[in-house]
Amino acid sequence: MASPFRQRSVLPGFGLSLGFTLAYLGLIVLIPLSAAFLKIAGMSWHDFVAAVASPRVVASYRLSFGVALLAALVNAFFGFIVAWVLVRYSFPGRRIVDALVDLPFALPTAVAGIALSAIYAKNGWVGQWLDPLWARGVGKLATVVPWIDWKDWLGGTLAFDRPGIFIALTFIGLPFVVRTLQPVLAELEPELEEAAATLGANRWQTMTRVILPELFPALITGFALAFARAIGEYGSVVFIAGNQPAHSEITPLIIITKLEQYDYRGATAVAVVMLVASFLLLLAINLLQKWSRRFSAV
Amino acid sequence: MSAVTTAPFPVRRAPVRAVGPRVVRNPWWVRVIFMTIALSFVGFFLLLPLVAVFVEALRKGFGAYFHAFADPDARSAIRLTLTAAAIAVPANLVFGIAASWCIAKFNFAGKSILTTLIDLPFAVSPVISGLIYVLVFGAQGWLGPYLGAGDHPWLGEWINQHDITIIFAVPGIVLATIFVTFPFVARELIPLMQTQGNDEEYAALTLGANGWQTFWHVTLPNIKWGLFYGVILCNARAMGEFGAVSVVSGHIRGETNTMPLHIEILYNEYNFVAAFAISSLLAMLGIVTLILKSFIEWRHMQAKTS
Repeated sequence: MASPFRQRSVLPGFGLSLGFTLAYLGLIVLIPLSAAFLKIAGMSWHDFVAAVASPRVVASYRLSFGVALLAALVNAFFGFIVAWVLVRYSFPGRRIVDALVDLPFALPTAVAGIALSAIYAKNGWVGQWLDPLWARGVGKLATVVPWIDWKDWLGGTLAFDRPGIFIALTFIGLPFVVRTLQPVLAELEPELEEAAATLGANRWQTMTRVILPELFPALITGFALAFARAIGEYGSVVFIAGNQPAHSEITPLIIITKLEQYDYRGATAVAVVMLVASFLLLLAINLLQKWSRRFSAV
Repeated sequence: MSAVTTAPFPVRRAPVRAVGPRVVRNPWWVRVIFMTIALSFVGFFLLLPLVAVFVEALRKGFGAYFHAFADPDARSAIRLTLTAAAIAVPANLVFGIAASWCIAKFNFAGKSILTTLIDLPFAVSPVISGLIYVLVFGAQGWLGPYLGAGDHPWLGEWINQHDITIIFAVPGIVLATIFVTFPFVARELIPLMQTQGNDEEYAALTLGANGWQTFWHVTLPNIKWGLFYGVILCNARAMGEFGAVSVVSGHIRGETNTMPLHIEILYNEYNFVAAFAISSLLAMLGIVTLILKSFIEWRHMQAKTS
């Protein structure tokens, strides 16, 4: 069965396995996904814009993308330190910490959501200390810089307000950064750092001028993966966000709300906006990985 | 392609190196600061939620804890979760083997596009994963009009006589679960089979084995750990999925509620002990998943160094 479309091989089963793969992919993924795009094709431009650009929906984009960005940035910073400690230092319990990093993949999002809200609520383990501090800090900011509505921006409490969304998205995103950095960090040759040291660099210079540039592509990729996941996250966020309309309402929740009102077109329109955003991000991540592979090949 | 929700099977991960030579070591105070930051971050964001699940579940003692499982709705939720995973995981397992066989063993046009498309479900928000099935199978959807009992001369007699419900019923939950766990097995197997190459399969064929024999006796033993790795991650996600299942389920107590959805209902009813008790089962599943995962990685590392 030689064809210009594939190289000749003596192994059997190409037709069967490819046929099954394409059929399954089409039925489960491609046809249902195209249903979303076809649904909005029947909408007038005016209706589409009214659905995706109403003030409440725009507020949700700002919140979802803004908090996801912030959480991914925090994860990039702390994820780097966690990866560094796991690769470079040996200490008792390192294997356990290493396994624990994958917890957000293994723990169902709903369980994570209720556990995080129990911890960071006003009477929770951490919340009983941190929540009054947060409220006082926001209050102080409001007296020092009164022309910004700090309570609206930062939320008055930790759980059941905007900070809760940040906490949940940080939880969800951490493993992406750590797991992208770890292999690169492990392959980093100590000779490189030794060379820097013999040339008179101190540890700080070696860190900022030798190690960080090497890790940069992996760090950006991990950051982008955490960001992409955080934008679409629903399960852990709804339990801790408080879900106040136009204030702490994330975009996936807007889709659910519209569905509950039987506004299928509106829900699909917002979904398509999110789908396009995540496909663009996926494309960016792929290009980033090609770029970082070119770096590591040198 | 990128890892969008899982850590890759450690084919690509190099062994972790212990503390290096003296010049490349950080001063002790830097090490202390790094360790403190890293461990407290992991402690506050990862360890504490896990511990909290069990503490909250046992807040009113073992009696209240076990009482939560006596509820028939809880039992039916557990059964439904197990059913959905029992269908979704084998389906994606067969798909993963087929996809990795054609992608890793053959060269053909459009291979990288196919690999990208397989990862697509990871880029889709769970809520949207549920929504697209409502658009296809829901009452207002493409196939909606044909699913109810009716008179469609070109459909089979059986379909016309039966009311088939997919959305707000078990089939929808299974489909949504299959969608969100779609890439797990395939994405672990493809890189693994690519690094292993085709030489052993060629040898088996030369020695007279047929295609199935080659697969069962040569390929499968080589990929079994990678396969297991993909399956446990797929299973963890299948049992824990919330967003997608929430959209298609309809939340009918005792009928279309999975464990995560039942947790939501209990939590919203302020029945915290029961909510955390059901959660503790899923948390235990998560812990077992992490232990198995570490064990497979450890085995893989041992095999590599020996």
